[in-house]
Amino acid sequence: MATVLLIAEHDNAKLKPATLNAMTAAQKLGDADVLVAGQGCAAVAEEASKIAGVKKVLLADDAAYGHFLAENLAALVAKLGANYGYVLAPSTTTGKNMLPRAAALLDMQMLSDVSGIENANTFVRPFYAGNAFATVQSKDKIKVMTIRTTAFDPAAATGGGAAVENVASAGDTGLSGFVSQQLTKSERPELTAARVVVSGGRGMGSGENFKMIDALADKLDAAVGASRAAVDAGFVPNDYQVGQTGKVVAPDLYIAIGISGAIQHLAGMKDSKVIVAINKDPDAPIFQVADYGLVQDLFVALPELTKAV
Amino acid sequence: MKILVPVKRVVDYNVKIRVKSDQSGIELANVKMSMNPFCGIAVEEAVRLKEKGAATEIIAVSIGPQQAQETLRTALAMGADRAILVQTDEAVEPLAVAKMLKAIVDKETPQLVILGKQSIDGDNNQTGQMLAALLGWGQGTFASKVEKDGAGLKITREIDGGLETLDLKLPCVVTTDLRLNEPRYASLPNIMKAKQKPLATMSPADLGVDVTPRVVTLKVSEPPKRKAGIKVKDVTELVDKLKNEAKVI
Repeated sequence: MATVLLIAEHDNAKLKPATLNAMTAAQKLGDADVLVAGQGCAAVAEEASKIAGVKKVLLADDAAYGHFLAENLAALVAKLGANYGYVLAPSTTTGKNMLPRAAALLDMQMLSDVSGIENANTFVRPFYAGNAFATVQSKDKIKVMTIRTTAFDPAAATGGGAAVENVASAGDTGLSGFVSQQLTKSERPELTAARVVVSGGRGMGSGENFKMIDALADKLDAAVGASRAAVDAGFVPNDYQVGQTGKVVAPDLYIAIGISGAIQHLAGMKDSKVIVAINKDPDAPIFQVADYGLVQDLFVALPELTKAV
Repeated sequence: MKILVPVKRVVDYNVKIRVKSDQSGIELANVKMSMNPFCGIAVEEAVRLKEKGAATEIIAVSIGPQQAQETLRTALAMGADRAILVQTDEAVEPLAVAKMLKAIVDKETPQLVILGKQSIDGDNNQTGQMLAALLGWGQGTFASKVEKDGAGLKITREIDGGLETLDLKLPCVVTTDLRLNEPRYASLPNIMKAKQKPLATMSPADLGVDVTPRVVTLKVSEPPKRKAGIKVKDVTELVDKLKNEAKVI
């Protein structure tokens, strides 16, 4: 019997890469079984069985799990998880939605967004939007945790040969029903998963001028973000917002354009590997966290940069 | 329909927090505190439902120190009808919070609980989901749209990569995301009126909930500091650095 139950993230057709990052965390704690719950997801179970180090794949294939409704999934995870020392899921919106529910059913105090594993019961996690890290010791019998995927390298997707075992469905609670899904059909990568993020601030002056940000993002295959000031000014919608109350991003390259660097914004992007800031104000706080700062009018620098990359 | 809105008093989102020098926690002395932004959105949504005639009464609840009364007064000034403070000076974990809220739900029998998806101090994002589990209710987390739909609610949720719409049976729990609404500022007359609205105080023991921590914080540290960067003179130098030094493009 493995000690860790890892909940796979997938779309019924393919495994999502976040699962591999969480697998690396799982392996630091012991042998791991992977639960693939979905509908018509046998191919995902097959894919999961090949992840290096997986002991066993548990496949719960049922209409109740087709849309990953938290009420149904949590009931299954709580039932299966009761036999493990650890229950893990990647810290995605699916994991964040489902796992606290399962933890409460198990009467365990979950740990969110674990970014480090010190030993069997001691973990590190960010709070205050990553402005502080807590080293915490869990006294609970089952450690239920979401894993911050940017903190762990992905496990090898191949090399394993685990058996796939069918497990019974825990049934449909009937509490919620799926209506529809509107996935953003942007050519651009998702803000929280992008390798490069280009963000604009109040300095952009208008929503129309954000087209200049789009042009640079297109050339770099980047996602587009914004500061709260730009969102509050109505330049771009709320879901562009990078910051403490918006999205927290940690791309390889973050380009901040016309962003002064309020604390609220810095909290959401300062874990980026390389930060570039372009701002005409040499005293803008953004320069204190930027690896490369360019003091120049963005309306001159931005088109030039777009042309040069 | 009665709505319960739990709200939390946290360090104001504009404050740059400091880790205590003995690494025992975050410096909270003389720091500006406010209502957690996501909780403000929850109060606003409840008030809008009441204004539309979909709700009859809004009860704001806070679990925290005596000063959390201020947070509750803010909720009352925004339009909540009455408030309950579960007073404790201890930091209470999400599971214990969910258990206390369940005890209040059992007593007050609301049809809907709307709360923030997370507090910006603990960043746990657990309480709503845990409360829904303990109540055996459905959950609509990270909501960007809440619509009354027949006997239930239609909830649009923010998920990685887009939006998802769910039908929820009532009673249920909804947690708010940023896009749901823009909370109003309370007018001066409403702030004055809020002072007259009822605010009851109780203790965790009154609710019969064991709040003994399950998780012990051993240490709080600052994130690794970023190395001081350089200023480049023009775009050409910037592109050169990104290509040849940082190797990110």
